[in-house]
Amino acid sequence: MAQTQTVERHTIAVLVDNEPGILARVVGLFSGRGYNIESLTVAEVDAAERLSRITVVTSGTPMVIEQIKAQLSRLVPVHKVSDLTVEGPHIERELILVKVAGTGEKRVESLRIADVFRARVVDSTIESFVFEVTGSTEKLDAFINLMRPLGLVDVSRTGVVAIARGPKPL
Amino acid sequence: MADQPMTGSEVILKALVDQGVEVIFGYPGGAVLPLYDAMFKQNSLRHILVRQEGGAVHAAEGYARSTGKVGVVLVTSGPGATNAVTGLTDALMDSIPIVCLTGQVPTHLIGNDAFQEADTTGITRPCTKHNYLVKDPKDLARVMHEAFYVARSGRPGPVVIDLPKDILVGAASYVPPERVKHRSYKPQVKGDLRKIEAAVEMMMKAKRPVFYCGGGVVNSGPAASKLLGQLVHLTGFPCTLTLMGLGAFPASDPQFLGMLGMHGTYEANLAMHGADLLINVGARFDDRVTGRLNAFSPNSKKIHIDIDQSSINKNVAVDLPIVGDAGHVLEDLIKVWKAKQPKIDQKAHKAWWTQIDQWRARDCLKYKPGKDVIKPQYALQRLYEAIKDRDHYITTEVGQHQMWAAQYLKFEEPNRWMTSGGLGTMGYGLPAAMGVQIAHPKALVIDVAGEASILMNIQEMSTIAQYRLPVKVFILNNEYMGMVRQWQELLHGGRYSESYMESLPDFVKLAEAFGAVGLRASKPDELDGVIKEMLATDKAVIADILVDKTENCFPMIPSGAAHNDMLLGPGDESGKPADKSVSEEGMVLV
Repeated sequence: MAQTQTVERHTIAVLVDNEPGILARVVGLFSGRGYNIESLTVAEVDAAERLSRITVVTSGTPMVIEQIKAQLSRLVPVHKVSDLTVEGPHIERELILVKVAGTGEKRVESLRIADVFRARVVDSTIESFVFEVTGSTEKLDAFINLMRPLGLVDVSRTGVVAIARGPKPL
Repeated sequence: MADQPMTGSEVILKALVDQGVEVIFGYPGGAVLPLYDAMFKQNSLRHILVRQEGGAVHAAEGYARSTGKVGVVLVTSGPGATNAVTGLTDALMDSIPIVCLTGQVPTHLIGNDAFQEADTTGITRPCTKHNYLVKDPKDLARVMHEAFYVARSGRPGPVVIDLPKDILVGAASYVPPERVKHRSYKPQVKGDLRKIEAAVEMMMKAKRPVFYCGGGVVNSGPAASKLLGQLVHLTGFPCTLTLMGLGAFPASDPQFLGMLGMHGTYEANLAMHGADLLINVGARFDDRVTGRLNAFSPNSKKIHIDIDQSSINKNVAVDLPIVGDAGHVLEDLIKVWKAKQPKIDQKAHKAWWTQIDQWRARDCLKYKPGKDVIKPQYALQRLYEAIKDRDHYITTEVGQHQMWAAQYLKFEEPNRWMTSGGLGTMGYGLPAAMGVQIAHPKALVIDVAGEASILMNIQEMSTIAQYRLPVKVFILNNEYMGMVRQWQELLHGGRYSESYMESLPDFVKLAEAFGAVGLRASKPDELDGVIKEMLATDKAVIADILVDKTENCFPMIPSGAAHNDMLLGPGDESGKPADKSVSEEGMVLV
């Protein structure tokens, strides 16, 4: 029944108490029950209230996605679970740092493409650049693919953070 | 106000007393010595010294399930905590409220592979409802009160509090329970009234309805079982119960169909299969209940009432979910039903009951009586005849005897039946019986056991001796791991790989070694005498009942089969699937 349903990708925001072990609780829930994690980010968002926000991108059939949300909701330190994918328009962003090493024409070309992507050069040597780019997952994938033949040697990316459009908070 | 200087240990004990705790099941060790020292100086808490930490958790489960209170466990760090893991998992699966205090090495040693150190919160995270590591004494009182709130509210479950030794000896201040409010955990208790009205609409229109109820009704408290009885009688619908729900509706009631599921009754399973409306109250569509999912109750609309949102649409997609406590939702259902004064389709209902009576007439629990050998079913029937008029509690181990006990003993009230359902923990019954007996010193407490399971926690006979608990152990001894043997017979060509219990102890002598009374019956005509003597003895008894070694537990839905593919007995072909063998897919299922 569930197997024949199509797999969907969802971005879920979770507001949690910032306490030791909370990330292990969430990650353990996903691994223990066989759910996918495509991306996961976490950081404190309200120091006074000791609240952290976890953004998790996951995929599964609608029944599995519903389960994931219900399972997250029943973790004791979870305040709120919000499925941004179904709850209306939202913005998703990632940040990457990309190191490209090389000289000559390739080096010039990498700078040209970086400009198109509105990337910033945050470190530079005679034979390398580190670019900082923000954007959607697809845009960053495209940037990385373009840099590959131009001397890409290292990538570090944050994973997706997301927020709903409009005036309402989570 | 209440902030007088106290040690961490004193704060813990005061919190336990303020939470209404009377009994702790535990085992001391290095990391918890300060707590045991503080306990030595007080009289409000009774400590029961078990013989292995696993026994402590099962005892607390028995205590909790027979009283509705939170069971409390105290163990030391490292092996104390790891031994408790099976019991914690058991309590999680069966939704039993437990608070388990574990010792831990001092905070400055955590992470150093210190003596008897284990990452207890790491190990117990997936097998508890929640857990805490207390690293700051100012959190201690709050964590204690929160743990009790989390353990008993919503869907109950086990909570671990890991207590480093320096927290136990250092100064800490006390906060009374009233001043502790949980920041995020607020379970939904009342059901959505519009959905409850929609449920009543569906019930009014149903032609072949069935109530399918489980442990959630028992966990909601005895009032919920009363309300369930009212609603079932008001509607006139049939009612079946899961293994965990037995007692939530009286077994003697004519509207009761018996237990459903893999070893449930023919009438219960066929009613599930043929129904046009399932009203699930506090059950979770467990795989032992549903059988093959794509053939499960194929033509019914499904209402699912559960306090745990994550139980809904997990295994079976339902038409109307109602999140809430069974008791509250049942109360509202009754109100709405009465207000609507529904006219149900009498003709259809009569036809439904006629159909059910035909299924009942198959008498699926009948078995061939033994002339020279005691049939296990017969042993339980005779036991029930002897105890039915006495105030009694039953625990079981896990296996054939457990299923037979569920089939042949009748439960009229909730909280009388303690069994390991979800996890299927062999060795549960003896310590659980101990916990029940502690809670109900005057009552008759019987552990229906198998000779294999009982050996898994036999050391607790020593605890039973220490506290002079008159627990009765009724062993259905077939010299096999019966359920393993049954599956090997049905699924693995009769290759009895490692399921024969060689070198069993002499249970009569074993009983005597533990200061209990040992009895044995090997012939049908000895059975009643042994049961009588067991019940007349006011101390612990092990009754070793030598039963038919080859008897199998029927009815049975083979793995991967549907409810209407039941096997009714050894010679039964009627319910077998056409190819008469279990599918590959079914073999993979356990």
